[in-house]
Amino acid sequence: MSGGFTSSHLVYLVQSIGWTLVLSLLAFVLGGIGGFCVMLARISPRAWLSRAAIVYIEAIQGIPLLILLFIVYFGLSVYGYQVPALVAAGLALMVYSSAYLGDIWRGCIEAMPKPQWEASECLSLTRWQTLRLVIIPQAMRLALPPTVGFLVQLIKMTSLASVIGFVELTRAGQIINNSIFQPFLIFGLVGAFYFVLCYPLSRWSQSMENKLNVSNR
Amino acid sequence: MSAIVKVGDIHKSFGSNHVLKGVSFEVNKGEMIAVIGASGSGKSTALRCIDRLETIDQGQIEVCGIRVDDPKVDLHLLRREVGIVFQSYNLFPHLTVEENIMLALRHVKKMSSDEARRIAMNVLEQVGLAQKADAYPEQLSGGQQQRVAIARSLAMSPKVMLFDEVTSALDPQLTGEVLRVMEDLAADGMTMLLVTHEMAFAKRVADRIIYMHQGKVWEVGDGSMLDAPRTPELRAFLDNGL
Amino acid sequence: MFSLDFSPLLPYWPTFLLGAWLTLKMTCVAVFFGLILGMLVAFAKRAKVPVLTRICIIYIETVRNTPFLVQIFLLYFGLASIGLRMPTFAAAALAMTINIGAYAAEIIRAGLESVPRGQVEAAECLGLSKWRIGWHVMLQPSIEKVYPALTSQFLLMMQASAIASQISAEELTAVANTVQSDTFRSLETYIVVAALYLVLSLIIKLIAWAVGEHLFKRRRAIRLAAKRAGKTPPDSQRIDTVIPGGAA
Repeated sequence: MSGGFTSSHLVYLVQSIGWTLVLSLLAFVLGGIGGFCVMLARISPRAWLSRAAIVYIEAIQGIPLLILLFIVYFGLSVYGYQVPALVAAGLALMVYSSAYLGDIWRGCIEAMPKPQWEASECLSLTRWQTLRLVIIPQAMRLALPPTVGFLVQLIKMTSLASVIGFVELTRAGQIINNSIFQPFLIFGLVGAFYFVLCYPLSRWSQSMENKLNVSNR
Repeated sequence: MSAIVKVGDIHKSFGSNHVLKGVSFEVNKGEMIAVIGASGSGKSTALRCIDRLETIDQGQIEVCGIRVDDPKVDLHLLRREVGIVFQSYNLFPHLTVEENIMLALRHVKKMSSDEARRIAMNVLEQVGLAQKADAYPEQLSGGQQQRVAIARSLAMSPKVMLFDEVTSALDPQLTGEVLRVMEDLAADGMTMLLVTHEMAFAKRVADRIIYMHQGKVWEVGDGSMLDAPRTPELRAFLDNGL
Repeated sequence: MFSLDFSPLLPYWPTFLLGAWLTLKMTCVAVFFGLILGMLVAFAKRAKVPVLTRICIIYIETVRNTPFLVQIFLLYFGLASIGLRMPTFAAAALAMTINIGAYAAEIIRAGLESVPRGQVEAAECLGLSKWRIGWHVMLQPSIEKVYPALTSQFLLMMQASAIASQISAEELTAVANTVQSDTFRSLETYIVVAALYLVLSLIIKLIAWAVGEHLFKRRRAIRLAAKRAGKTPPDSQRIDTVIPGGAA
């Protein structure tokens, strides 16, 4: 059967964008919480905690997301659970995000000038108070551009969920292509949709970074 | 005479750089001591060791009866007694002047907002900046920021205040306002230890002046020491206006 | 607690190593050509020709805002649909080259822009030709500054190579897929492969470090001198931030 590309195909594609967004948001929020914990562990004065965080970050950052996805997917089904692809993909992306966000945020915290730590601790504030009241509020400004930049990464990464059968935008494209085989058109369209999702965020991240660089002069 | 700060034969090295080579001195209650010397003489390092911003390799430091060199020292206790003002003010840029001062009062001394605000306005009046309470640090001049930094430390009612070259980063016309505040503090009986390049100020206001040279205490005296230096090193230092 | 059984994987060791080798080969080819492409695009974007700049921007932004999986599908299946059947290795390497070229271009451009205008002017006044200025005064210090960002990007690319398995290109992940369907030990297979990717990462980091030490003698000299004086080395000139967006 090889028809043309119909409007119902288009609707199918557009609907799948919703799932792309759901997966992205899920991974970003949960990964963000995880990333915050990873960041705290990483900057902890307790050596074992910091080392554990380093190992975690290095390990997750050192393996392809696709492999991580397979490990989570097969790992979960090994316990007898037939997990829906959304759960497996969400979990894998959450772990992935927690490592990257934790590392990004750790970099932002460490970029805060040491005198701010000194001034705060010399006022007898505890380490946690210093982090909460002085360091993190200032670091957030610095952290926003790379965090938004990572969100763009994440949205693109959700395309890999197609490999375990989750029907998001890329999988929808594959399904349509398998029936009418017009790859240029279909994947071109799919690419365009991703572009529409990602480009505004990329620009936002870039303009924030430019503003930061100007004010840091 | 009760000594608030007792520094006994301290040594400190950074890598292979032996910065403090056996420094000893005492600061008594109500005294203002000025420490002078060329860059590299170790004076700032000695000051920072007193508030444990650096650790010493050898010797003892005692502040208000607390052994600072003890590895298990209670830093929170120490820092409630010691106030320190830095060369680069280190105000918190994301908070207003008032909030800068209230931060430690609320979270360390657990005061209510109202109490903290009262004290903050009090110290701001003392340094002459009550009208800038709602301003952000970046809106103030260097001299004003430094005065806020002094107020921030003062608000915690420390027993001794340390000043680390607090006017060195300021334009000459702004140092006066800061020095005036420090002179008022001394007159009120605050125990103060300052590292400074302001010779005229030290001569006029300090009870004692310590001249450090290459990591050691070289000469100690009152203001007259600056008119009649005993050692050639101090003479050279004063001549060069370092 | 479910027990993992790695023993059925033992006879597949040569297959795994072959897969790792293919991944390494694919990544190196892509990195080599991608770096050249990136340098060309970085210079082209800065050349004062509006059309050229526009094309470069479209290229870079398109690659950076679409998933690598879609890019590789577009390339492989798209070309197939117009009759151009490429071997999968070549298609994967080409897609990777195009992808990494865009990221490298931005990273190198950031490095080029950080070269102080005064140095370029001094070189011009010394009569150096445009090409020589480009190479000696601009490119070399830029590469040194952005070296960490570049190596991070290359590592990300190696991980993106796993995606090539989706067009059945021969590399480590494709090998993993075959082995796990043969042995039914899926979890164990992917754990082994994950470990192999980590080892590959380590190897690449070591090579990158060694190359960096050799190429950038000035940096090493400054760092060693600073360490001896007990001070922290002045690395404030380094452009460390990885351009957000990754590779895939």
